Amino acid sequence: MKLGFYPGCSLEGASREYNESVMAIAEEMGIELVSIPDWNCCGATAAHNMDKELSLSLPARNLALAEEAGLTELVVPCAACYSRFCATQHELMHDENLHKKINGIIEKEYKGNLRILNVIQFIEEFIIDKLEDKMKFEFNKKVACYYGCLLVRPNKVLNFDRTEDPQTMDAVMKKLGADSIDWAFKTECCGAGFSVSFTEAVGRLSGQIIEDAEHRGAEAMIVACPMCHSNLDMRRPEINKYNKKKSDMPVIYITQAIGLALGIDRNKLGLQRHFVPVKLKDFKPYAKKTVVENPQKMEVE
Amino acid sequence: MARIGVFICHCGENISATVDCSKVAQVAATFPGVVHSVDYKYMCSDPGQTLVGNAIKEHNLTGVVVSACSPRMHEPTFRRACAEAGLNPYQCEMANLREHCSWVHERNEKTDDKAIDLVRMLVEKVKRNNALQPIKVPVTKTALVIGGGVAGIQAALDIANAGHKVIMVEREPSIGGHMSQLSETFPTLDCSQCILTPRMVEVAQNPNIKLYTYAEIESVEGFVGNFAVKIRKKAKSIDESKCNGCGLCTTKCPNKKNPNEFELGMAKRPAIYVPFPQAVPNIPVIDKTQCTYYKTGKCKICEKVCQANAIQFDQQDEIIEVLVGAIAICTGFDIKKTDFFPEYGYGKHKDIIDGLQFERLASASGPTNGEIRRPSDGQVPKKIVFVACAGSRDPAKGIEYCSKICCMYTAKHAILYKHKVHDGTAYIFYMDIRAAGKNYDEFTRRAIEEDDAKYIRGRVSKIYERDGKLIVVGADTLMGAQTVEIEADMVVVATAGVANQGAEKLAQILHVSYDQHKFFSEAHPKLKPVETNTAGIYLAGACQSPKDIPESVAAASGVAGKISCLFSNSELTREPLIAVVDRLAPPLYSSCTGCFMCQSVCPYNAIEREEIKDRNGNLVKQLAFINPGLCQGCGTCVAVCKSKSIDIEGYTNSQMYSEVDALLNF
Amino acid sequence: MSDSHNHLIDNSLSGKIKQNVGVSLARCYQCGKCSAGCPVSSDMDFPPSLLIRKLQTGLPEHEEEVLRSKSIWYCLTCEMCISRCPMEVDIPPMMDYLRSESLRLKKENPAAKNIIRFHKAFLDSIEQTGRLYEMGLIVDYKARALNLIQDVALAPSMFAKGKLKIMPELIKNRKNIKQIFKKTINKKQK
Repeated sequence: MKLGFYPGCSLEGASREYNESVMAIAEEMGIELVSIPDWNCCGATAAHNMDKELSLSLPARNLALAEEAGLTELVVPCAACYSRFCATQHELMHDENLHKKINGIIEKEYKGNLRILNVIQFIEEFIIDKLEDKMKFEFNKKVACYYGCLLVRPNKVLNFDRTEDPQTMDAVMKKLGADSIDWAFKTECCGAGFSVSFTEAVGRLSGQIIEDAEHRGAEAMIVACPMCHSNLDMRRPEINKYNKKKSDMPVIYITQAIGLALGIDRNKLGLQRHFVPVKLKDFKPYAKKTVVENPQKMEVE
Repeated sequence: MARIGVFICHCGENISATVDCSKVAQVAATFPGVVHSVDYKYMCSDPGQTLVGNAIKEHNLTGVVVSACSPRMHEPTFRRACAEAGLNPYQCEMANLREHCSWVHERNEKTDDKAIDLVRMLVEKVKRNNALQPIKVPVTKTALVIGGGVAGIQAALDIANAGHKVIMVEREPSIGGHMSQLSETFPTLDCSQCILTPRMVEVAQNPNIKLYTYAEIESVEGFVGNFAVKIRKKAKSIDESKCNGCGLCTTKCPNKKNPNEFELGMAKRPAIYVPFPQAVPNIPVIDKTQCTYYKTGKCKICEKVCQANAIQFDQQDEIIEVLVGAIAICTGFDIKKTDFFPEYGYGKHKDIIDGLQFERLASASGPTNGEIRRPSDGQVPKKIVFVACAGSRDPAKGIEYCSKICCMYTAKHAILYKHKVHDGTAYIFYMDIRAAGKNYDEFTRRAIEEDDAKYIRGRVSKIYERDGKLIVVGADTLMGAQTVEIEADMVVVATAGVANQGAEKLAQILHVSYDQHKFFSEAHPKLKPVETNTAGIYLAGACQSPKDIPESVAAASGVAGKISCLFSNSELTREPLIAVVDRLAPPLYSSCTGCFMCQSVCPYNAIEREEIKDRNGNLVKQLAFINPGLCQGCGTCVAVCKSKSIDIEGYTNSQMYSEVDALLNF
Repeated sequence: MSDSHNHLIDNSLSGKIKQNVGVSLARCYQCGKCSAGCPVSSDMDFPPSLLIRKLQTGLPEHEEEVLRSKSIWYCLTCEMCISRCPMEVDIPPMMDYLRSESLRLKKENPAAKNIIRFHKAFLDSIEQTGRLYEMGLIVDYKARALNLIQDVALAPSMFAKGKLKIMPELIKNRKNIKQIFKKTINKKQK
């Protein structure tokens, strides 16, 4: 089966392992992810902070190209890109004049017929049902699922999961056999795009996230956004400085967690690219539950 | 011969500034049938009404047209004036020269022409008006009070003491409502049950009041003065005539782990239970969904220990039919639970409780004997945070209104807490302090000045749990919206007041209007706060909107006054402007063909089937008959009647056509 | 009597926000839930609810303060404020609008220079290649920020982990991208 795919700049660059793990599990499940031909950067935070029309045009070009390529669904693993695409779709569909204007700027027509899916929706729709057949290991660890801001807010536009204490990622991890803990910073911002320009803020915000999860006994943090991953992983020195103690808790993508449960090679999932070493091991082999065909016969034997 | 009097009102300058009133009066004098035509500055005033009265007597008028403001303003005024002068009031009509003419046009000849046309139309109509007599309807002098909270209790006692019979129906096993759950009441800090229970006992003992508890309203038919009500008395599984209230069954019942509704889930109760010790009536009830015997067929311990043989496992629900003249809705309200707040944890934290739960903790007869303790581990909280205004004034959560009582009870809670935990600190996050009643503001000042309550102006954005404590993150907007984080032992959320469970269903049974929040609608927000749009049905208390005890009691007494007023006559008079199906001599009896389309469209269920029989008792035909007690004169039946057999008194077809003819043929 | 309800056009910043963004600041009753939930509230000079209060007064000196504030640039657009706001005052698009106004009127707060430089460096990179070229971004940003020391230690590990591309990825239709920039952000800066 084929699905439209938008990697975005992070997946091609600094968050390469996210892309690798998405591709790895897609391949395992027999899904071909077809990138939008000649896609451009969605503009991320910078565009909407500086100019509204630019921030709508950059994503709109991609959406129009996707439609032109005959794609009907678009899997967008980066939460920021997902947020920008959904915001653009929402604004254009609710404001005819704006829609016409943006179509004019990008010199293409976006009709609005795409279904935009974040990585968790992709997993829910196309991966999770096939898991039981292919799982080799149980992810028997205590994990903290970190959603960040842009997967769940604003609710009116995204209409995906509840904004306080969301459960969709937890459900996936539970299916993998993980003990997904209840904790207080599931949707608190990690510091977003300030990694370089306001690093102290990232140290504080991401520091609070790591601290709370660790305090409640999490062995790993699961994320679905490359910006969050970078802040929680690459910026670990700033986090440790803020918390005044060293934390070794690994931060992995949900797709990497699935990959580990499927028994995919760790390097294929890009785990070696993390700054905080991912020492998770000793996963329990997964025993598929057998269905008893004829109970009576079993008893006799 | 018609002798019509026309009176053109200036209405101060409201009409005369735009319409040449004296000219209109002069032209009207020339209309056929008009024998008297004048104009005057204020027709509704005393001298103005005298003008009408004198003219009727002097000129033997057979009809009067007062051309002035809208009939919605003064039709009753002028009809009364005519009646006093000896002219049937329904032979007085009003032409609207104000709202329909002077207030919507500029001063010119065309406007004068319109005014003249309007007068001409009404003159032609009034010539065809019939003298009508008001309709008399009998009144049953028994009132139905639905709901046994403080409002219902007050209404029932007032009506009973006025000498009328009252039937009270309460859904719970005992009367008392939410007031019986409170610890103390503001602003006096009276013990709530101490002031309520004497009233509850009075209700039980008053010879004029018949009390049905654990009962609900099944159906209501009829109209003001004559409501036929079916009450479903749910099976308590106890023979009330035998039970002496000893309570032994409740202590011996082995099935003790059921959540206690009265204690709002903070304690357990047996399957056979009395809701609280001061319950009225003091008769237990078996919850069939929990009782071991009803579920599995085993146990029956209560039956074994009952010395009065009062347990009756085969008892069925009973339908009781009563006839009442008026209905008082006093069904009260409910509050949102803490699970309504995603940002406060969806109700999963045991130490985040709502206001009513705090009342139970503070109450001496509550689950902790009046000690403030954390539901999670029973510890006494040293730092408590009250979140006022939670869910109210919150369009994002669908509740845009203010719940009125929370500011006051939050101050009360802070005071009670401080009285019980001397070394504790209470913080209150508030938006405004709404303390508008008598001695209310002084009460909140007392909380701040004498009982050290720390008020912080701002809302709470998030509460989460950590290491057994609750981290409350709010803002202090008086300090530049600074974030305030408090590590609390317990949080009390003053949740929004909402319509009670089943309010919508009851409203539909009673045919009473309600709003989008399922609160019952009053007939007029300013001038008719205790009446509904349905004649004979009144409302009092929090079922109309969140309110406190003095307001509920005042409304209940208001309702009792209205009902006593209704019962002060043995008959009710109604306006005769209703639809009538024609009747002719035999063998036709009526032009009605008996198709009964009218019956199927009547919104008031006012149309019946009348059987016409011959001298031998054989059925000749069935005709439509309109109940004069129910008909509201809406005219729907007139419109659908294919044989044109129905007409509305005061708005007959010939009267209406005469107005149109007058307009067209001139 | 003629109808003389002549609504004055509201030229205040609050009025412009209502017209251009569709957000009615009159709805804000200063409950502070947004400020309490905002992750960078403590870094801001005016937390979100206070910022709105300043705009509510309509006074020019307050509007000036807002456009020159750190708040609008420190805002992460994490959307927490709108998800908590009981009156559904949509602060994030309001912040976007205030940011572009601040740029247009050249009133950016000096403390936000690095943040703005980063955004500009980011957008420049996209304008040139169509996709983010992280090396180029870092070099450009450091040149603008004159901040050569920070993160220097990171670069080698990023390379080693394969996270930094040496060469930029150029999309084919770069002309399309340049046109988009010309018609939007660059149009205003002329």
